[in-house]
Amino acid sequence: MVKTIQEINERISKGQAVVVTAEEVIELVEKKGVEQDAKEIDVVTTGTFGPMCSSGAYFNLGHSKPRIKIGGGRAYFNDVPAYTGVAAVDIFLGATAIPDDDPRNRVHPGPFNYGGGHVIEELVAGKDVRLTVTAYGTDCYPRKRIETWIKLEDMNEAVLFNFRNAYQNYNVGVNLSDRTIYTYMGVLKPNLGNANYSTAGQLSPLFNDPYYKTIGIGTKIFLGGGIGYVAWHGTQHNPSVLRSDNGVPRRGAGTLAVIGDLKQMRPEWLVGVSMVGYGCTITVGIGVPIPILSPENLRYTAVKDEDILAPIVDYAEAYPQRSPDILGEVSYGELKSGRIVIQGKEVSTASLSSYPKAVEIANTLKEWIQKGDFLLTEPVAPLPGVEAGITFKPLKERPVQE
Amino acid sequence: MTISKRVVLRFPPRLVEQPIIYRLVKDHNLVLNILKASVTPKEEGLLVLELSGARKDYDKGIRYLTETGVRIQSLGQDITRNEARCTHCGACIAICPTGALALDPVTRLVDFYPDKCTACELCVLPCPPRAMEVHF
Repeated sequence: MVKTIQEINERISKGQAVVVTAEEVIELVEKKGVEQDAKEIDVVTTGTFGPMCSSGAYFNLGHSKPRIKIGGGRAYFNDVPAYTGVAAVDIFLGATAIPDDDPRNRVHPGPFNYGGGHVIEELVAGKDVRLTVTAYGTDCYPRKRIETWIKLEDMNEAVLFNFRNAYQNYNVGVNLSDRTIYTYMGVLKPNLGNANYSTAGQLSPLFNDPYYKTIGIGTKIFLGGGIGYVAWHGTQHNPSVLRSDNGVPRRGAGTLAVIGDLKQMRPEWLVGVSMVGYGCTITVGIGVPIPILSPENLRYTAVKDEDILAPIVDYAEAYPQRSPDILGEVSYGELKSGRIVIQGKEVSTASLSSYPKAVEIANTLKEWIQKGDFLLTEPVAPLPGVEAGITFKPLKERPVQE
Repeated sequence: MTISKRVVLRFPPRLVEQPIIYRLVKDHNLVLNILKASVTPKEEGLLVLELSGARKDYDKGIRYLTETGVRIQSLGQDITRNEARCTHCGACIAICPTGALALDPVTRLVDFYPDKCTACELCVLPCPPRAMEVHF
């Protein structure tokens, strides 16, 4: 241990902290080595900006006069349904929710023009949205119907709560079939027509802390342009996957559940998006600061795209049928070259996660820390690591006898 | 209301020897400016035109062309990118058949080259934030 988080925070408060991004640190470590740099560098900032479906926000709308019990009733923002199965005026809006009358995939591929992610973006932009509520009415909550404009500042609480973000590694999606397919990995052209991936690679938070040594519950982060916190490990968090010698997982592994006050976030970092033929979601900006406490943890932050491998998966057959088959592995260095070779065929690659925006996030977080505005937090509990022995369970179906 | 649009007309070989443009001017009262032409007898002909006139004359003219068997495409100027919405992910680049949307290998930004765009519109729906806009 060369430093503690407390010591780093003292330097941040004095405006003396040495902060670099997870991209900049690569060259620094190559030049000077981890022993020297671990003494000099205080924080490495990371960033990622990609579509993350397990995202949403909960709201407390305030009580109408007379009162209405939305709990157990129905609520919509701009026709997009929100979850109401909680107390009277608390509701949750998920990023993938779509209007009841959206044509979906009735004419395939459906466009999915507007959903929960778009509502969240508009609310964060300060826009009015139309709230429509129907309820059954009770003695203490007699009202049965509300239709009103509402905006973020009118609400008591508006909290972004994403229960699976910042996936540590992900599949490269391809299509082996002879027709175009429309997936959450984008449009995949037939016969290996293209390959899509979704990561910031060397800048992505969990690639820079592969064993979750510094990122834990309570870690303060950049979330949607504002401040957020790691609330828990994300759903499907699976540290037990195959790893390379550098510790980096070669399959989808760790995930983060994150939380933060929506009112201080910005619409350019929470963008409602549409995946044609698949559905609506939201592109979320996340940046996690990694305190440099030891040469070992600095070495992890110096990981580069060439040293991170991802599996190539056929989304026409293997993925939908949950077959474990992969078509090989490829590094993010190769993916970012624009072309990879699969089964002897040259295939052009593209990312669904924006690298330039990830760089912007890492740089923004770096500025916040350098200015002394953003202090690091000590995790209150660690995320489950490899030693937790988590197994990623499929759904076991058991026939229901009527 | 008058309008002015740039269109690409493709003539199948059987139409190359007919005075279609004459009819467009004479019968439909349209003003045209030929920007590019490539017409060879017994082969497909291509014309890039700026067509101007009253909205109803324009619509009638386009209907006449379509009914005659001329294929009509809009020029790339009718496709624009909403820079505020583009997140520079890259979902469009493998979809674009002409290289009008391409990744800069250094900045990793997605560049849009309108001069290479043939307005096929294949990029419009695959763009997750729907940044590509069509103005017809």
